[in-house]
Amino acid sequence: MKSLGGIKLPHYKSTATSETVEFGIPEKILIPMSQAMGAMPEPLVKKGDNVTVGQKIGSTDAFMSAPIHSPVSGEVTDIVDYINPNGVRAKAVVIKPDGLQTKADGITPPEISDKQSFIYAVRESGLTGLGGAAFPTHVKLSFDELKTPIDTLIINGAECEPYITADNRCFLEDATDITDGILLCQKYLGIPHCKICIEDNKPEAIALMKKKTENINAIEVVTLPSKYPQGAEKVIIYHSTGRVVMEGELPSNAGVMVLNVSTVAFIANYAKTGMPLTTKRITIDGSAVKQNRGNYNVFIGTPISDILKFAGAEAAKKILYGGPMMGTALFSPDQPILKSTNAILAFDEEEQQIGIEPSNCIRCGSCTRACPLNLMPMRFETAYKTEDTEALKKLRLPLCMSCGCCSYVCPANRPLVETNLLAKELLRK
Amino acid sequence: MNSEEKNLKLKLLTVSPSPHIRGNNSTAKIMLTVIIALVPAVFAGCLIFGYRALTVILITIISCLVFERLFDLITRRPNTIGDFSAFLTGLLLGMNLPSSVPYYIPVIGAFVAIVIVKCLFGGIGQNFANPAIAARIILAVCFAGQMGNFAVPVKSFTTFDAVTAPTPLSAEYFTVGTDKVLPFTLTDMLYGTTGGTIGETCAIALIIGGVILIIAKIITPTIPLSFIGTVFILTFLYTGSIDETIYYTLAGGLMLGAFFMATDYTTSPLTERGKLIFGIGCGLITFVIRFFTKMPEGVSFSILLMNLLTPLIDDIMLTHPIGMKKIKRVKE
Repeated sequence: MKSLGGIKLPHYKSTATSETVEFGIPEKILIPMSQAMGAMPEPLVKKGDNVTVGQKIGSTDAFMSAPIHSPVSGEVTDIVDYINPNGVRAKAVVIKPDGLQTKADGITPPEISDKQSFIYAVRESGLTGLGGAAFPTHVKLSFDELKTPIDTLIINGAECEPYITADNRCFLEDATDITDGILLCQKYLGIPHCKICIEDNKPEAIALMKKKTENINAIEVVTLPSKYPQGAEKVIIYHSTGRVVMEGELPSNAGVMVLNVSTVAFIANYAKTGMPLTTKRITIDGSAVKQNRGNYNVFIGTPISDILKFAGAEAAKKILYGGPMMGTALFSPDQPILKSTNAILAFDEEEQQIGIEPSNCIRCGSCTRACPLNLMPMRFETAYKTEDTEALKKLRLPLCMSCGCCSYVCPANRPLVETNLLAKELLRK
Repeated sequence: MNSEEKNLKLKLLTVSPSPHIRGNNSTAKIMLTVIIALVPAVFAGCLIFGYRALTVILITIISCLVFERLFDLITRRPNTIGDFSAFLTGLLLGMNLPSSVPYYIPVIGAFVAIVIVKCLFGGIGQNFANPAIAARIILAVCFAGQMGNFAVPVKSFTTFDAVTAPTPLSAEYFTVGTDKVLPFTLTDMLYGTTGGTIGETCAIALIIGGVILIIAKIITPTIPLSFIGTVFILTFLYTGSIDETIYYTLAGGLMLGAFFMATDYTTSPLTERGKLIFGIGCGLITFVIRFFTKMPEGVSFSILLMNLLTPLIDDIMLTHPIGMKKIKRVKE
């Protein structure tokens, strides 16, 4: 099997050995309703209401949506308008924690007896893909086994982005939850095989998972080379099973389902405790971080400004949700931790990588060689400039997953990913 | 700026699309690597043809840099000589000239390469033909006498002999009895102690340079292998003699052209399949010109002609993206 393109990146994973620490209760919690792909939940609480830990505070009837729960007990002080870093507007619930952390009524292990009740339980837990894409997990689980039978569950533990080590800590600290979660999925969804895929820069995690699964025939640990973007869905499917997800199709069309390692660990934890998704393990790192680099378990809704203060990174010039290759730059430190956040990276002036003027494309072809899907980013650029939508379709622009390899390797510093995003917008019109 | 404004300015965050880190590759690094790969051939050229070879190369390099800087100044563009592209063009142009040319010819060549072929079409990455090749051809047409006047290899670096030397491709065969004997020995061909342009004669140095380019991943072996391979196979089929085939493969500008001129990013196809077609096309045209026309050498013309076909090759030869579906043709 030919290995796909991609690039070698510096790892910067110095936080890999730092154990997860509880971040604590912030003074204020801000929970936006826009936290998952699909329909936006409506706030179920109003100003002045008292909420408890695990209480559902946002929901909608639409299937493609995940409910939102309060991570703290306290008082709803406001419902505000919120703009997330991608420009999506939503309502957000502001809660002032009372510090008591009173649990909501009915936080008990869910009753799971078949596929339907399993999917219902996952939906009620508010779970979305924890790898970063925030796709409601129950939607992924409710595939049609007649039309698209799935024979392999792929657990994505590649964590190919530099700096981030939260999934590595998940392997080392929640190994039992991971195997339990996999067994639950296999049992109720009828998936015979499972591959846990880990990049070779996490030898401890690989050794531990191999030990944990040595008596479980259905689970195999796959070591993948550390090559970005190993954790991209299409790439990890290809490298672990050799299957290709075709244009416009879903992994289920190729007979696989990919779940992030933290996602599957959460499923097991929810089945045991019934506590919905209210906290998240994140990595705090970056050149502007002066102290307390490491992995923390934070309440969803914790303002980033609290995290910057904790890390001594108030002077940061660029703050990212997620890794440096695909993460989103924040326009304000008032943004909160979301369900999909797996890292907060703060960079100072030197590493923010702006002010480098692009020069002419020299047609060196580095972008094509780096592209894991063998696309031609330099051709997207010319086609976009002339608004040639036919050419963009012919060049298979919709396949681009914005992984950033092309921009990273470009010797002329051309903003290729940016152009690809704009070109995709042009195609949508 | 009062303190409040200063505070506000400090708090402004940078927002930019991903990725937020960049690799350390740059156009200048690529060009410098090619220049380093050319050093063995330049060194060999200066040893073989003496001080005059070095002077010609220095004139082309300096004129190329001056013309590019002047063009940037006159058209109010950012200074682009820092990318070493003009330096490389000058170096390649110098290597494509005989050491015996009058000193005004390299200057005219540099003007053609930098201003007419490169800058007027939009600068680096935008030229339709390889600037050094185009300049060599224009000079060869305009100054046929001086450009076809190749110096003999010199005895020492400081000497210069104005006697015209035959090149491996223009020299007559010797006849010994009934046998044809090639004008130069294999050793002459490898070391480059024959007539020719400054940079094209020493095959060993050029092959070393080509290997450096391939190892440094500046080029893929596709174009050099398909170009040289096509010439080799066709020559063998035509002459039927392995000695003659090796002789013709090492002769003329083939090594310089295949490793350093045909592989120019801007004027060669983007995909490997496109590069294969490009290399085979270059080889075919070179063979036809060498054996079926009155011109002794065809490497530059073959590269120029294939440069012109590059946009067409690029249009047809796209990559096959992973997971692509065929686009259904809608009947109108």
